[in-house]
Amino acid sequence: MKSVLLSSAAALFALASTANAQPTAEVLHYWTSGGEAKAVQALKKDFEAKGGKWIDAPVAGGGGDAQAAVLRARVLSGDPPAAVQIKGVNIRDWAEAGALADLSAVANKYHWDDILPKQLQDIVKYEGHYVAVPVNVHRVDWIWANPKVLAKVDAKVPTTWEEFNQVAEKLKAAGIIPLAHGGQPWQDGTVFETVVLGIGGPDFYKKAFVDLDPEALNSDTMVKVFDEMRKIRGYVDPDFPGRDWNLATAMVMRGEAAMQIMGDWAKGEFLAAGKVPGKDFICASTPSDKGYILNSDSFAMFKVKGDDLVQGQQLLASLILGEKFQETFNLLKGSVPARMGMDQSKFDSCAVKSMNDMKETAKNGSLVGSMAHEIVQSGAVRGAILDVVTEHFNSDMSSKEAAKKLAENVALAQ
Amino acid sequence: MLDRLAERLPQIVVAPSFLLILVFVYGFIIWTGYVSFTKSKMLPVYKLDGLRQYTRLFSMDRWDVAYSNLFVFASLFIIVAIIIGCLLAVLLDQHIRAEGALRTIYLYPMAISFIVTGTAWKWMLNPSLGLEAYFQSLGWESFSFNWIVDKDMSIYVVVIAAVWQASGFVMALFLSALRSVDQEIIKAAYLDGASNTRIYMGIILPSMRPVFLSAFVILSHLAIKSFDLVVALTGGGPGYASTLPANFMYEMTFRRNQIGIGAASAMMMLATVAAIMIPYLYSELRGKKNG
Amino acid sequence: MANRDRLPGTDGKGRYIGRFLIYLTLAVFAIWYLAPLYVVVSTSFKDLAEIRGGALLSLPHEFNVSAWHKAWSQACIGVECTGLKPYFINSISMSVPAVLISTFLGSITGYALTKYRFRGANIIFSLMLFGCFIPFQVVILPMAQTLGMLGIANTVNGLILVHVVYGLGFTTLFFRNYYVSIPDDLVKAATIDGAGFFRIYWRIMLPLSPPIIVVTIIWQFTQIWNDFLFGASFTTGGAQPLTVALNNLINTTTGVKHYNIDMAAALIAAAPTLFVYIVAGRYFVRGLTAGSVKG
Repeated sequence: MKSVLLSSAAALFALASTANAQPTAEVLHYWTSGGEAKAVQALKKDFEAKGGKWIDAPVAGGGGDAQAAVLRARVLSGDPPAAVQIKGVNIRDWAEAGALADLSAVANKYHWDDILPKQLQDIVKYEGHYVAVPVNVHRVDWIWANPKVLAKVDAKVPTTWEEFNQVAEKLKAAGIIPLAHGGQPWQDGTVFETVVLGIGGPDFYKKAFVDLDPEALNSDTMVKVFDEMRKIRGYVDPDFPGRDWNLATAMVMRGEAAMQIMGDWAKGEFLAAGKVPGKDFICASTPSDKGYILNSDSFAMFKVKGDDLVQGQQLLASLILGEKFQETFNLLKGSVPARMGMDQSKFDSCAVKSMNDMKETAKNGSLVGSMAHEIVQSGAVRGAILDVVTEHFNSDMSSKEAAKKLAENVALAQ
Repeated sequence: MLDRLAERLPQIVVAPSFLLILVFVYGFIIWTGYVSFTKSKMLPVYKLDGLRQYTRLFSMDRWDVAYSNLFVFASLFIIVAIIIGCLLAVLLDQHIRAEGALRTIYLYPMAISFIVTGTAWKWMLNPSLGLEAYFQSLGWESFSFNWIVDKDMSIYVVVIAAVWQASGFVMALFLSALRSVDQEIIKAAYLDGASNTRIYMGIILPSMRPVFLSAFVILSHLAIKSFDLVVALTGGGPGYASTLPANFMYEMTFRRNQIGIGAASAMMMLATVAAIMIPYLYSELRGKKNG
Repeated sequence: MANRDRLPGTDGKGRYIGRFLIYLTLAVFAIWYLAPLYVVVSTSFKDLAEIRGGALLSLPHEFNVSAWHKAWSQACIGVECTGLKPYFINSISMSVPAVLISTFLGSITGYALTKYRFRGANIIFSLMLFGCFIPFQVVILPMAQTLGMLGIANTVNGLILVHVVYGLGFTTLFFRNYYVSIPDDLVKAATIDGAGFFRIYWRIMLPLSPPIIVVTIIWQFTQIWNDFLFGASFTTGGAQPLTVALNNLINTTTGVKHYNIDMAAALIAAAPTLFVYIVAGRYFVRGLTAGSVKG
């Protein structure tokens, strides 16, 4: 630890005194195509404008599956990339393995403690030191609805789960698919966690997914959550298994289905098809008591040797949280800035709602990290939870049994 | 001195290949075996921890499903691919006009990455997008094909796609072997009045035993390795009903930071393969020596 | 088999019905094999609005080649918007040496194992064969460590080594099984004439080998060209092979999916293997001639 502190301090010193080594950073990420790739290009451009040399190492595949393998291979061969796109508790796990560099020097210089919301700080800090840089915030608990379809049955976007069920029954009776859904474990998990937040409330959510309290996991509330999941299963068309999330979004766009529960990346699909928020589609938070489920992408800095590499890391870290990059990047990606107090004028109505809700929920403690998107749990535990959720959703398992299994599986995975 | 060297030449020539296999296959198996007895999570650690990873492995429903899927998938895939490959090879061997074109058509699935053809298959098999919707729109109302969304049938969908991908290569293997069968024997059989069927069943196919071995080995290899197929086609779903051990291992090792369980599952796979392969290889190779 | 269907017993009406059935079966299979290709090709010519419209199996309204242009030279893969073009060379410089080395090693090993049955030859062969069954996911971690130790991590040479090693079992298998059916007398006669190990290999075995060389090269080339796991794990950045680039192009976690570009890209990436298959098809026939020489 000490040597890292020393070397990063030395690097900063070198940065200040016009370094002779060119700051270099190899960046391993899975934003490899479309708007996401453009967002990374913005970062590269800024980085090169500051004299940096960017080595691109893109590896896509199912939200970082392939990248996870590559990262381990690189670490084991003794040659980790400088900056790696990992998120949530994975950051803590890698820090625990002693693989991450300390960013305290940059963080202090640019006052990260003041510009980052506390919830994000918790994610990117390990034992009080910054080891990663957050890029953005995605909200997970959204309902994307087609207003024309809802109007057909004279309904509005539901604000409680009971209302949700009523609206869904009406839609179903009218021959419309109430909920567009793709049966992939992470999508099942996304719906599940919004239901947990809605029915159990933020405190229950934290007890279950952050503290992994066995009593909360196998509680009556959790049974209720699974009951609602069973109902939701009835609101989904029979061909949902394996469907990609964007095809589900297209069903809402075409009016075949009324709603989709998905994070705000779904907005990108609507916008790409030329749809206008508020008119062609509505973004509303899923029923909950003013909750907010946060998902945030970030770059972790791995321990590297050589002045040029360390300097590259520092430069990259400072750029990522710069106001300019935060704006360009998040406009391209459809998310909202990780940095607080940004100008909202360029963002659309859904993004503005997200920013305001985040501020408010952060204050009253109802802002929670996503489980399905690896913010509060990763690896084994998240996988164990998703196993039960998806098994329950795809079979006739009883809610009681599911809750019991949830507690067992989570205990086994720890 | 030189003479003795010359005598040893065959061994010397084989040695480098053999050494590579020894290190990169058997060395790595030993490494994996060792890691399966440790607490390894994020990165491998080398402190022994007994059989804990195996007990955890066996208590997972997901593993049960994946492991039994391997048997269903592998046996069906191997048998069907050999039957279709063999059938196509024999038929193509009947002086077919467009042989070159047909051969290429049968062979091409092997050439295209399944990352993308998987998407095409997924669309075709999806009841509301693909074949079912298509035939129903043509007026065949009762047509139904919804295996891909059926928990109990989805593994068979993986079999269909896998056979589609590999059977052409099996056909090519058989075809090239068919054409190196000794023509004199066949002519003699014809002169004896043997029928076409009898000649194939009685003379040609039995003489192709080594090719069956090749086909069997290749198909087993593909079956055990089948990974992309499941990822692209069903994502292991519905639920995790169609996961295979390779997917399980990958998920554990890289996604869930459970290198120990991943290694344990790999050892189980290897043990299973060994239990089936070793007797087969033994009988095949011994038979060869006597014959 | 050249004269078979002119032989007695195969003439008459039954013959025509039989031929018809044969062609019918072959055609049905051809449709089955082609169906996914049809979906891929037709999608690559559609525009995105049409795909989003849900008609996935229909023919495109109008042929739109822009997806092909984009996939080849404009689509963004990571931060470089160069399309698939530059990754071709990476894949070629990796797969050509790997295919040639593993084919050569397999052929000479197969020859030594069959024509010089020294003690333990069968055991060695069995051990090599069993190596075919090791799932590649297992070897990533130890391989990464090993390549790191050898100092060839993240190099094309490292990747070539990996592909040669895991191809050896197969290439040896192919050649061994082929050489088993070549009469030992040929080798014995040559030995009596004073020819040595390499001379026999060069003058007798290799000229008999084209059919199996074709099969082996097809197999190895397909395996190596289409490999994703090793390519992704053991190379980075600009040196990545085509499949990794393809995967990067078509995968997006939370972005808009351009299925038409994806499909065009897949066809472009598969072009070399398809080309090899079409060309090699002819050599199966030549193999026939080579095979008849030995009879």
